Amino acid sequence: MSIRYKTIKDLSSMIQKRDISHLELVKETFSLIESSSDLNAFITLNKDPAIENAISLDNERNESVLSGIPIAQKDLFCTKDLRTTCGSNMLSNFIPPYSATVITNLERAGCISIGKTNMDEFAMGSSNETSFYGNVINPWGKNLVPGGSSGGSASAVSSGIVPAATGTDTGGSIRQPASLCGITGLKPTYGRISRWGMIAFASSLDQAGPMARTAEDCAILLNEMCSHDLKDTTSLNEPIPDFTEDLDKPIKGMKIGIVKEFDLSKLDSDVVQVFEDSKKHYESLGAEFVEISLPNISLSVPTYYVVAPAECSSNLSRFDGVKFGTRCDDPKNLEDLYIRTRSEGFGDEVKRRILIGSYVLSAGFYDAYYKKAQQVRRLIKNDFDGAFSKVDVIMSPTTRGTAFEAGSKGSDPIQMYLEDLFTIPANLAGLPALSLPNGFVNKKPIGLQLIGNFLEESKMLQFAHNFQKTSDFHLKTPHGEDIS
Amino acid sequence: MSWQTVIGLEIHVQLSTNSKLFSGGSTGFGAEPNTHVDLIDMGLPGVLPVANREAFYKAIRFGLATNAEINQTSSFDRKNYFYPDLPKGYQITQMAMPIVGKGAIKIDVEGNEKIINITRAHLEEDAGKSIHDLFDGETGVDLNRAGTPLLEIVSEPEISNAKEAVAYFKAVRQLVTFLDICDGNMAQGSMRCDVNVSIKKDDVKELGTRAEIKNINSFKFIERAINYEIERQIRIIESGEAVVQETRLYDSVKNETRSMRSKEEANDYRYFPCPDLLPVVISDKEFNEIKDNLPELPDEKEKRYMSEANLEEAEAKIISSSKTMANMFEDACSKTDDSKLVANWLVGDVSALLNKDNIDIEESKLSSNNFATLIERISDKTISGKIAKSVLEEVWESGHNVDNIIKDKGLVQIQDESVLEEIAQKIINNNPSQVEAYKGGKDKLFGFFVGQVMKETQGKANPKSVNDILKNLLDS
Repeated sequence: MSIRYKTIKDLSSMIQKRDISHLELVKETFSLIESSSDLNAFITLNKDPAIENAISLDNERNESVLSGIPIAQKDLFCTKDLRTTCGSNMLSNFIPPYSATVITNLERAGCISIGKTNMDEFAMGSSNETSFYGNVINPWGKNLVPGGSSGGSASAVSSGIVPAATGTDTGGSIRQPASLCGITGLKPTYGRISRWGMIAFASSLDQAGPMARTAEDCAILLNEMCSHDLKDTTSLNEPIPDFTEDLDKPIKGMKIGIVKEFDLSKLDSDVVQVFEDSKKHYESLGAEFVEISLPNISLSVPTYYVVAPAECSSNLSRFDGVKFGTRCDDPKNLEDLYIRTRSEGFGDEVKRRILIGSYVLSAGFYDAYYKKAQQVRRLIKNDFDGAFSKVDVIMSPTTRGTAFEAGSKGSDPIQMYLEDLFTIPANLAGLPALSLPNGFVNKKPIGLQLIGNFLEESKMLQFAHNFQKTSDFHLKTPHGEDIS
Repeated sequence: MSWQTVIGLEIHVQLSTNSKLFSGGSTGFGAEPNTHVDLIDMGLPGVLPVANREAFYKAIRFGLATNAEINQTSSFDRKNYFYPDLPKGYQITQMAMPIVGKGAIKIDVEGNEKIINITRAHLEEDAGKSIHDLFDGETGVDLNRAGTPLLEIVSEPEISNAKEAVAYFKAVRQLVTFLDICDGNMAQGSMRCDVNVSIKKDDVKELGTRAEIKNINSFKFIERAINYEIERQIRIIESGEAVVQETRLYDSVKNETRSMRSKEEANDYRYFPCPDLLPVVISDKEFNEIKDNLPELPDEKEKRYMSEANLEEAEAKIISSSKTMANMFEDACSKTDDSKLVANWLVGDVSALLNKDNIDIEESKLSSNNFATLIERISDKTISGKIAKSVLEEVWESGHNVDNIIKDKGLVQIQDESVLEEIAQKIINNNPSQVEAYKGGKDKLFGFFVGQVMKETQGKANPKSVNDILKNLLDS
């Protein structure tokens, strides 16, 4: 019985009915990884521990829905005794002595960490082209990027190798690759999931989340990924609901906000058509549309590209060749050690952002850039607060278009940064947001973004699940099989 | 016009918490290198800091004792610079919202009081240590100290000379030890300071260009470094040149300061709010609990010693000047009703020994316990005051237990009056001519008889009993 393209729910029921053992499932997963190695979705595999884990789960069976479910972990989460590179040469030899809270939470629930997925270096990129470990291929087209930074995770799920993967989202790094690879990805409210053990890019924006085939699977994973963690003071001490509880509730009479300031006229007409079709779809489900205004939303991208590099320039200072990670050969003195280690260890995009970040924080520029950006950020958050007094969720395209070809945006960083136009605002405001497949343009998938109010992941998932119950975009596969 | 010196001090006080400012790592001193280091102290990828509330409580005690503004909401910032013993490449400190705001402290310079205003006192983490002399051609890094909580106390530039600077440092040390927030151990680096020195002519309003002398950890060196620096700056200006703003190091061997880095070479620390830490809010309940349980301060002790123990002001001042001395006084007073006796011993014999050796009470071998036992043995008449002096001297040298010394040397005072009477009678019998002379009116000979008895008893007789017995025998 093939496990390819199966959801968590499917696999879980196969295991519970003993149609397949934990061990068979894990072994089958590794053979799929092997046969799909051209995708370059994984940096490091966790084969022996995963198999041992499966054997022990077969011996002590339990009824947890996640028991034995193979999960691909983004290589940004520290995994005890398993190499964690963050997509960088800088950490090509780094074996963490501890695991991230989110990894521990998932493994405790029965998930089997199958391997570490490829990603843009230190999560800085929107195409997975900045990885030291090579490009990742989008299963929907050999020359297409999977998006980024969680490109390996998106590719692995999209190609049906694993039912789900973890990702992280600082400016869209879960939602954008989800859109480009035709899967469902969710970034929770900032603070829902502990950042302990997540290698920091921009601490005030980083948030982990699930990437899966369906909203329902995302809800199942989210139930286990969230926790109030005393090791992370920004972790929220809020009740964690059962995120699957409201999935099947109808959305009739509920309100969807459409952002006046998102100018869709600059997008391809095909892309706009997909979006309009989704609006009609939601209308048919009984939802109402309300135009809302987010007056400061146009400042999101510049604000983000001040705040995120500033925090990254400081967060990445610890990579100095002194304690762990890569060290240059034969340093002549301390300065030489620093300069060559960091020159050789980091790629161009990371260096670019460290430079921008150092600049905006430097004496004399701090007020004009960083401080101003934080003020704008508050304005953007206020805009959302106002909007959510009128609507239940806000809807927009996730991306400006479908997956693009590798190398096509490499020379112009600004073009790449604009990829995150629709996704960045939710990070700046700390709000939950997800992307779900809502159509195809030229046979390439594209996603719809839903932004929820603070802590209202359940409502967002309810909207997504209602859509997926009545559509089949999420059931299409790159190879033409229909998985329903 | 003469030269005026303007000095400001930044004192780093190591707070005596059990664990570090942002991790559960131990703060114990003297462990094997890199054994008191956890994931957070190493700055491993993915780790996050969690603020230690105990450090806040200790900082608040300092604020309360200096009548300072306390910011019940305070926050942390990152100070970015590269150094091998700074594991994260930034130090977490309080720049924008320190826990303690403006306050003041009273100092005493050779009998004259002066108030020095304190600009602020903020929490920050210490760095590790670079060890340059252990490995040939390489530098070792010991991160045991990394993350230890420091309270940086910044004074206003109101200190006018080296003596005042030392008096200020001493006043801060006295306060933090009384508050039980720092052990005050300078040799172990529990207190260190940076000194900012500039000079200007009396009639000039603006401050001169300052030099900052980094990381001094003894009273003597503070005084010498400042005096050297003042002379250096006067020499420069009088030769027509200008003082350069820079960081300097004091070399105690050569007794000089040397340039470390100029303003141009100075780091741009790129301060910004630490995104890993939310502002820390101290509740009113926590705040009031700290306030209500503030330890007794030197001034309060001084007053209490005068009113409750009837000490003279001078005595009370000396005893309350250090926490160790005050503790000794209070411990010993619990063993006797005669607090005057305790004060006399501390201000008299003990202080004399301190002066002779030129040390602080904390450095002496006399423990509070041993001193209290000594007082107890005087009080219960086990030993005479004279014997007690010799016991104190022995304890001073060896640190041995007082009771053991008394026992081993057989110094117990003879209490049995019949024994003393027997000895006295023997002396009288053996010296008939002196007895005759005494009875004939030579009163001064009484002392001879006392001396003979004391000699016979090797000083172990209670002088008062001897007096009474002899009077009784000779005058009857």
